[in-house]
Amino acid sequence: MKLLLVGEVRDDRLTAETAELSGFAARLDAEVSMVLAGSADALPSFAGRLYLADLETCGEFSSDVHKRLVLDAIEREQPDAVVLLHSSYGWDLAPRLAAAMQSAQVSGVVGLDDGGYVVESCNGKMRRTVRPLTDFAVLTIQPGAFAAAPMAGSPDVIAIEAAPDSAIEFLGCIEPERGIDLSRAGVIVSAGRGVGGADQVELVRALASALGGEVGASRPVVDAGWLERARQVGSSGQSVSPSLYVACGISGAIQHLAGMKGSGFVLAINTDRDAPIASVADLLVVADLAEFLPALTAALEQR
Amino acid sequence: MNILVCIKQVPDMEGRFEPNEAGSWFDEVGLAWRMNEYDAFAVEEAVRLKERLGGEARVTALCVGPARVVETLRKALSMGCDDAVHIDDPEAPERDPWQIASMIVGFAAGRGFELVFTGMQSEDRSSAQVGLLVAERLGVTCATGITAFEWRDGAITVEREIEGGRSCTLRLKAPALLTCQQGLNSPRYPTLPNIMKSKRAKLTVLTPESVGLEPPKASSGNFRPHERNAAGVILDGDAVTLAAQVLEILETRTAVLGKGGVR
Repeated sequence: MKLLLVGEVRDDRLTAETAELSGFAARLDAEVSMVLAGSADALPSFAGRLYLADLETCGEFSSDVHKRLVLDAIEREQPDAVVLLHSSYGWDLAPRLAAAMQSAQVSGVVGLDDGGYVVESCNGKMRRTVRPLTDFAVLTIQPGAFAAAPMAGSPDVIAIEAAPDSAIEFLGCIEPERGIDLSRAGVIVSAGRGVGGADQVELVRALASALGGEVGASRPVVDAGWLERARQVGSSGQSVSPSLYVACGISGAIQHLAGMKGSGFVLAINTDRDAPIASVADLLVVADLAEFLPALTAALEQR
Repeated sequence: MNILVCIKQVPDMEGRFEPNEAGSWFDEVGLAWRMNEYDAFAVEEAVRLKERLGGEARVTALCVGPARVVETLRKALSMGCDDAVHIDDPEAPERDPWQIASMIVGFAAGRGFELVFTGMQSEDRSSAQVGLLVAERLGVTCATGITAFEWRDGAITVEREIEGGRSCTLRLKAPALLTCQQGLNSPRYPTLPNIMKSKRAKLTVLTPESVGLEPPKASSGNFRPHERNAAGVILDGDAVTLAAQVLEILETRTAVLGKGGVR
């Protein structure tokens, strides 16, 4: 099998997750090449053909230019599949490639199943196996699902370019609010949509305080304004690795799991025992938060 | 100005999912249905734009699916959409993104929609492909996963999330398709008069063939539950007993409850 990997550059560096594309290719025992909009001054460690375009000319966020680059590399390399990360870059670019190639796309691959690709369904509660029916396929792999393969060697660079005109004009980046650093917290108690309302967040605060920990949040809680955005845990928030992570009413969307998978012990409290948070929980308590959180807080305070 | 909103009906994700007889997707028995959450953001944004533009805009809601989706189309009408189009396709739940996109393209092509809004992905299939496939095949510009939207005489400014809590600001021109992400807006609750009105509204019903359904590009099967953490323990019962059990487990399995009481 011949795979063309689409590397990702952010802030002038190849993202660490790009090595997961190599890990995925290794699982398939595939022959690999890579296409990348980057810089000739900072070549990635990679043994194989590297189709390299200049990032500054292409623009980091011009998906139409990147589409033309990858299509050019596909034309030259004739791979069986092109593989991207299911990241904000990859899931935006992949269907543009599939449309141009009139091919199958498999989104968010988390595993392999007898020649098919395993993907998540129903907010991560379920899984299914998708098989392309076309000879060529576009695949996006879920960040964190495949172990990174060590990147080594020097690439055989083939310079490519695409017309830089883009229908999408990049105006700038908005940096996240800072101020609360959860990355070093030993204990984090996070509130999810299941807490039910802004006033109920107090129960989460009380437990965090009894455990001497910080309060975290899942995305819906932040979007609803129940907690400040700086407390968001997940791929669009902070990545955390506390000794104890308590997930209160968090169903466990894969983006949330990606931000807390480094936690030591995971206690999840949820009324739905099939919620995907169960896939990472060391202890799942099936209970009503309004009853259980005060009981646990009281028990801790009585120690 | 014509605006199209593409919506999907999905089961409530709290429901219990059991594989159907073929093991290809879920059995629909016992599930409750609602509008895909990301599509509700799309409806809300389209209706807000229409309200800002006054009388010159019209919003059409489009849904591909079996008979049950009529309820979701009526919900879109009650939120402020003007017209509803139902592509009546009993097999829609198991069609691949290419096929769904082929029908939307078949309907939208030549109808002069200046803007198309849709959710960034469905909550059940989660492929995040249909919006982009439609845009590419219609030949319109597409920005995905938007969390802010501004319209000024055909010039569109959006914010799009990238990793690590950052967003980027992008500008594009109509005609365009935008896929909507959580955080864009808070969808409204329809008023009772609007709900009543939507119940009487006439829907346009089309067949998949009439809008150019194409063959699939991928197959899907072996629908099954997510594996649990094999080492995980599940507890239930009354809150006080549970609290004592959990405390004991935290004391033995973690080092966060140091000696001499809580830190």
